[in-house]
Amino acid sequence: MEITNQFSWMIGGPQGTGVDSSATLFIRACAVAGLNVYGKREYHSNIMGEHSYFQVRVSESPVHSHVDPIHLLATFDDETARIHAHEVVEGGYFFYDANVTKLENLDLAPGVKTLALPYSQILEEVAAETGQPVAKLQIMKNTIAVAASLAMCKFDIQYIEKALKGIFTGSKAKLVPLNMKVAEKAYAVIAQELIDAFPYRISAVPDAPARLILNGTTAAALGKLKAGCRFQSYYPITPASDESVYLEGHPEYGINVVQCEDEIAACCMAVGAALTGVRAATSSSGPGFGLKAEGLGWAGINEVPVVVYNYQRGGPSTGLPTRHEQGDLLYSLFIGHGEFPKIVIAPGDMSECFYDSFHAFNWADQYQTPVIVLCDKSLANNTNTVPTIDESGLRINRGRLVTDEKLAELAQQPDYKGQFARFAYSEDGVSERSLPGQEHGIFWNTGDEHDVWGHIAEDPEIRVPMHSKRMKKLLLAAKEIPQDLQYKLYGPENADMTIVVWGSTKGPVLDALPILQSDGISVNMLQIRLMSPFPTEAVSQILSRAKVKVGVEQNFTGQLARLVRMETGIKMDHMVVKYTGRPMSETEVVNALRDIAKKQTEKVVLTYGH
Amino acid sequence: MVTNMSSTVEYKAKDYKSDVHPDWCPGCGDFGIVNAIQQAMAELQLKPSDVMMYSGVGCSSKTPHYIKTYGVHTLHGRSLPFATGSKLANPNLKVVVAGGDGDGYGIGAGHFLNAGRRNVDLAYIVYNNEVYGLTKGQASPTLKLGAQPKSLPLPNPNDGINPLAIAISAGYTFVARSYAFDAKHLKATIKQAIEHKGMALVDVLQPCPTYNNLHTKDWFAEEVEINGAKYPRTYHLDAQGYDGKVHNPSDPQEIQAKKLQAIQKVQGNEPQVALGVFYQVELPDFIERVKPNIPLLQQYVSAKMPIEDPVTHVPTTDLTAAYAEVSTTAY
Repeated sequence: MEITNQFSWMIGGPQGTGVDSSATLFIRACAVAGLNVYGKREYHSNIMGEHSYFQVRVSESPVHSHVDPIHLLATFDDETARIHAHEVVEGGYFFYDANVTKLENLDLAPGVKTLALPYSQILEEVAAETGQPVAKLQIMKNTIAVAASLAMCKFDIQYIEKALKGIFTGSKAKLVPLNMKVAEKAYAVIAQELIDAFPYRISAVPDAPARLILNGTTAAALGKLKAGCRFQSYYPITPASDESVYLEGHPEYGINVVQCEDEIAACCMAVGAALTGVRAATSSSGPGFGLKAEGLGWAGINEVPVVVYNYQRGGPSTGLPTRHEQGDLLYSLFIGHGEFPKIVIAPGDMSECFYDSFHAFNWADQYQTPVIVLCDKSLANNTNTVPTIDESGLRINRGRLVTDEKLAELAQQPDYKGQFARFAYSEDGVSERSLPGQEHGIFWNTGDEHDVWGHIAEDPEIRVPMHSKRMKKLLLAAKEIPQDLQYKLYGPENADMTIVVWGSTKGPVLDALPILQSDGISVNMLQIRLMSPFPTEAVSQILSRAKVKVGVEQNFTGQLARLVRMETGIKMDHMVVKYTGRPMSETEVVNALRDIAKKQTEKVVLTYGH
Repeated sequence: MVTNMSSTVEYKAKDYKSDVHPDWCPGCGDFGIVNAIQQAMAELQLKPSDVMMYSGVGCSSKTPHYIKTYGVHTLHGRSLPFATGSKLANPNLKVVVAGGDGDGYGIGAGHFLNAGRRNVDLAYIVYNNEVYGLTKGQASPTLKLGAQPKSLPLPNPNDGINPLAIAISAGYTFVARSYAFDAKHLKATIKQAIEHKGMALVDVLQPCPTYNNLHTKDWFAEEVEINGAKYPRTYHLDAQGYDGKVHNPSDPQEIQAKKLQAIQKVQGNEPQVALGVFYQVELPDFIERVKPNIPLLQQYVSAKMPIEDPVTHVPTTDLTAAYAEVSTTAY
């Protein structure tokens, strides 16, 4: 029996030998053939040599997570073979290099078939035919592994060529025919009887809609560009830097990306830029984000619109620098001493990384305060095919900028003293903002409490209305930010079990829902996206309707569960958590929720994956 | 009567005075520095609304509140990155930064150093009094080893740094020293620093009358004896024929020679104190370095780059090409 377009593939190898490139080729080939793809990338804090791997799931319908069973594992080193061979399921295939891996050392499941790929032989043939030294062709092992894998699935080779044309453009286009030569040889190695013994097929989907192949950092960068972000300062850190490097690599949009001496400078520079009116941002990850605390507080008290990305990774401290965790939710809400209004939004997939980036700049301008976009490593580095971006509803809102005409008018007033009341008290907390360079707009900024002009003031008569003015901007934001960006309920309106997710746990739970429903479990999923201001009333109402409430998060303490309880008084009945540094799979989530539905297990701690 | 408009004085020093009165101690050197900044701005006829006056935190960092331009009193040690952001985002603004020695050379040392690497067009005026005034006189990074002003319970166990030598080696393109009570020299030096295109440092020796009883106004006014002859404590470099300026910036050898000369000179001629411009070179600033790579910056400053249709507010950034890089149908 053939299983078409439900395929789970893995490739692994030492870092720096092209594992990522292989996965990119595999993903692109399937995506251009009209399939939905989700790719999970795992790597060490290392440049060359440590074990890394990429897990790719292919499906005709949309997918948002990986699954644990591997149908085909392609290796060219022994470490990958030893670590991952046991993950291949019965009926699956294991590809290896007989020069480095001995099958008797492996823990293969019964019913797994093996094939030694003739990597060296193919490369030597190509070397002989093209006159290139074999040593220079070693990187092509990746193409052999990818092509042989796809050949097993009876995949049409023309899509490999299409993918190669997308990857190798411009001066690198000459690599397309060379890679195709290698791919054809790999296809030739896969004999018909091998294909017949393998049930998995990947078949092109005719007339599939155009999609984007996105990871979170690229999606965020695109959203920033669309929003008109033209200044980004950053300090190198994994996994956030990919976003800044992408932006720096696209100077045609006019964005100035400044690599700073440290994370503090990166934050302060973005704030200083934002003061002049440019839409400005900084991006970091856990430890670097922590260093931005003081700069964020300054932006808060001075009402400066700035967007700060935190791509969470395993903590505390340096923690698991290249691994996934959702450990910074509470920290992001409370970062900075004292109180200032922050808007915190947590996108749950690659598309939301784009849209939330875009909206973040509007909110920063409208409420003149820092906006924190809370992303994570799984979103940052994993790859997903997503619908093309719908730009139709996107509008730019620069908030309350005072016009030159109004300033000129004010300057005519008899009591005009050559300065502008930048922090004038207002009904909703938002004041008009002038920009340096604007005539008659002079104001001051200070990290101290201040009067309407921005001069230091410590009197309670000023402190109370000024602090209140700033804080009430959150009420306005809660009222104005569209509901569908605040939270979303997936599945039926009413269900016995409501699963509460945020950020990247949205993916595996969303994929698990139909499976649980087909089990007969009455279930829906509440994704909370806006963490501050928190949609208290809506979340209370939704959770009050559920008999059983389950929190699913990638941390130890259940940070969203704690936030929900703090804001609504409602306690999660069950928790599914994972803090291995690896994202949850659909498989794990299905099993955990089945366990909770059947056995009322209070807390399930997931641990699968290397 | 014919009026020559170009020579009309539009702004006087008092036009740069805000309504806020300085709350510094009587006799503080900071008063003189603020006056000098205001006079320099008037002589340069800077339009107040085109100026951003930056500072960090500390006594001297209250400066922006006393000056009537856009004024930004930032965080302790962080004035340079904030100011850098503003200047890069809108190079049409004149950005002047003030702050103390603890602010700039202590908690802000990393930024102080790295500002040299970028050569952003900023004038950085450091009020150097060897103590942390606002926290009651602890030792700053410029206080010498073993020194014990009255505010210190024990002699200073750290040695003092030479900020000018650091600035020269870090890449500052204008490095000068002046003295808070040498009003004319100070004003002229600040003026030169503001006019200089690139990263300029003016280290201003500034007696703290409350906590630093070692280097007082009197100490600076004393005559010193060298080989039996009497000399004033401070002297002006240019009066001695010193030339710190690189005349041919495309000549790396001249740059190297002038840097070495300046580093030697800033080490001092104790017990005398040299004032003046130790080193100056005109080199491309940061924006000029990045402009060739970011074509839109040749047309607009970042702060004024159009990003939306002014009527419909539809974003004008066209991502078609970027989408194509990641699209499933673009092959």
